[in-house]
Amino acid sequence: MVPLFFQVLKPRLWTCPESSISLIHRPLPAKRAPPPPPALGPRAVCGACFCAAFEAEVLHTVVAGRLLPPGAVVAVGASGGKDSTVLAHVLQVLAPRLGISLRLVAVDEGIGGYRDAALAAVRRQAARWELPLTVVAYADLFGGWTMDAVARSTAGSGRSRACCTFCGVLRRRALEEGARLVGATHIVTGHNADDMAETVLMNFLRGDAARLARGGGLGSPGEGGALPRCRPLQLASQKEVVLYAHFRRLDYFSEECVYAPEAFRGHARHLLKLLEAARPSAVLDLVHSAERLALAPAARPPAPGACALLDGLNRGRPRLAIGKGRRGLDEAGPPRDGEPERAPAPEAVPAF
Amino acid sequence: MCQVGEDYAEPASEEPPPRQPGREQKCVKCKEGLPVVVIRAGDAFCRDCFKAFYIHKFRAVLGKNRLIFPGEKVLLAWSGGPSSSSMVWQVLEGLSRESAKRLRFVPGIVCIDEGAACGLSPEARAKTLAEMKLILQTVGFPWHVVALEEVFDLPPSVLRCFAQEPVETEGAYKAAVDSFLQQQHVLGAEGAGDSPSLAQGEEQLSWPCTQDPQNPQSPDRPPTAAQTEALSRLFDSVKTLTAKEELLQALRTHLILHVARTHGYSKVMTGDSCTRLAIKLMTSLALGRGAFLAWDTGFSDERHGDVVVVRPMREHTLKEVAFYNHLFAVPSVFTPALDTKAPEKASIHRLMEAFMLRLQDQFPSTVSTVYRTSEKLVKAPRHGCAASPPGPRCLLCMCALDIDTAGAALLSQGGPPSLRHRAAVLRLPREHEGLALRGPPATLHLGRGPAPQPELLPQGLHRAADPGVPG
Repeated sequence: MVPLFFQVLKPRLWTCPESSISLIHRPLPAKRAPPPPPALGPRAVCGACFCAAFEAEVLHTVVAGRLLPPGAVVAVGASGGKDSTVLAHVLQVLAPRLGISLRLVAVDEGIGGYRDAALAAVRRQAARWELPLTVVAYADLFGGWTMDAVARSTAGSGRSRACCTFCGVLRRRALEEGARLVGATHIVTGHNADDMAETVLMNFLRGDAARLARGGGLGSPGEGGALPRCRPLQLASQKEVVLYAHFRRLDYFSEECVYAPEAFRGHARHLLKLLEAARPSAVLDLVHSAERLALAPAARPPAPGACALLDGLNRGRPRLAIGKGRRGLDEAGPPRDGEPERAPAPEAVPAF
Repeated sequence: MCQVGEDYAEPASEEPPPRQPGREQKCVKCKEGLPVVVIRAGDAFCRDCFKAFYIHKFRAVLGKNRLIFPGEKVLLAWSGGPSSSSMVWQVLEGLSRESAKRLRFVPGIVCIDEGAACGLSPEARAKTLAEMKLILQTVGFPWHVVALEEVFDLPPSVLRCFAQEPVETEGAYKAAVDSFLQQQHVLGAEGAGDSPSLAQGEEQLSWPCTQDPQNPQSPDRPPTAAQTEALSRLFDSVKTLTAKEELLQALRTHLILHVARTHGYSKVMTGDSCTRLAIKLMTSLALGRGAFLAWDTGFSDERHGDVVVVRPMREHTLKEVAFYNHLFAVPSVFTPALDTKAPEKASIHRLMEAFMLRLQDQFPSTVSTVYRTSEKLVKAPRHGCAASPPGPRCLLCMCALDIDTAGAALLSQGGPPSLRHRAAVLRLPREHEGLALRGPPATLHLGRGPAPQPELLPQGLHRAADPGVPG
């Protein structure tokens, strides 16, 4: 396990190995636990050096992967949460060196009691950093469909509401629209290593071959005319992001979405926390695995896009597009291929 | 569960909650018998239909893949546990059927005694061994019991990957089967009682029923105390249970393959069930083995070259195996493993097993979903072809290394993250020294592992003079 960040002993002089700044460490009061140690390996550094190391790592990620060329206009997907706040802050610090300019794009999914407060945080941030902010709302883009309306429409059939499926697809489309509105050339989102690890676990448990085949790299170049997207924080663990926000005293919104408790991702997240406790490198190992998955080309049907989802919603049959293929959209008959697990029809056992 | 592919087309056709088999319910297959077991989510089978279903699945998996040629020598890896015992039993039954549908390969059994790694006392090991020998004698195949200590005597050649034979085409398989059938017919007509020889003509094989099952093929010498001590020391030096399990699997595989090679077996069958393979897939993901999932969990595993590992039980869930063994009295031996009685958080393997089984309770299609996804994995980037890529291979698992030095993905630089020292993260290649950020300038070095190749850096940041090895 990683070493303790603070030695909780009597006050002593301690020197940061990087900056040679001497600090006097006072023991923390017994009630307050020390903040979680960063996953930076066997070195303990002081706060300032940690932040500098974090920024340098993000810079290296962007530069070595050639994610954001100089002169790019970068739309930052800002939700008001810790990841996008940290992302926007770091990119702002690095912007002069990378030669990019930033625009904030916030998406209003229309989730009452959650998104309004988050958007207030985004507005405060935009004011403080003096970055232009554009807010795009589902209600405007998708013909009045807010997430609350989608949830109402998919509820009540005894199965899960699948809110995250809709929200994820629609949000990416909304981000795309917002980015085009501000004339951006690239989109960045604040996904961290924990997010990517949870995603690969979740997609395996759900059997989502399409998304497994697509995900994994540092970002997509932008298929079919979409803007290229990347995730500069992909190699930073969640602990590092939280600590960075703590040390830089960033103001963010930290409540979870109203629909989060019913999401399947919760299982994957719980599993990931257990795995990380048993073996801290599990998070990055999962990201490594995800990059190297090899799926058969035939097993990669394109995942349904926003148009298909909206079509289903508008027809009053919201689950059409997230079923098997898009048969229902063509009003075809009963499903042709049944469950693969049914008892096989008696057939001549081939001689071997 | 928000499972991809669940059919939501008609809300009205939502399936009713699984009915408990009541007195009125009949077997779903024959519609007559009284059901004894419920498979999947509500399919109740009677005893005979269940047996037919189970056996058919086993034969279908073997037949579908057409990898096992008639007359081939196949080594069955038996651990004593329920899945491998069931597999051995299926092979036994399959060999004794009427000639048209009889299984046509020549089996042997290998059993690895892992007591030393698990910390068992010699008396416990002897007791288990005695129970196993009893069952082995009943089964009647040629058997080999090997202690894990013999791994110290393995020659270094096991770490070399032998050249693979070219992949047999469909035509070759059919031709082989036809010629074998003809030959059997001819022999039957001539009334020959001696062991048949193959049209392939390589070896003279002896049919198991003529062999004395009392006489094992390998000399039955118990391992010396020094070897046992050395093995215990080896396993004690490994700190985490996860790593111990991985080490044990690697050693076990090498030992089984060595036994297969020395006795002329070209295939090894292991008894991994659907549930175990799903757990293994998720565990491998969490350990960073995403590139090798197809080999670790697919039907056939050809990475060792001359010997192919085959998993015929991969479509049977643990529940089906357990019920079959119970209903039809398949003998098995309980041997404590490394993680017996270990707490749930002791290793990645235990965690994943507990998680999958719990999730399976809640969403009964979890295991089958993971299995179906695993079927879609391919052995990329190159298929098993005759000229295997000359890239370096891992010593322990014999897979082509998944570290590429000039890859586009960032993680590839510096090797798998679990081996990468994060301290090296704090070292900057010389190219970036000029970009040192706020904070102390010259003393702070950040970056990762070996320096990125110069051509990967944008022109403006490239220092042409110095390729930049981190100091």
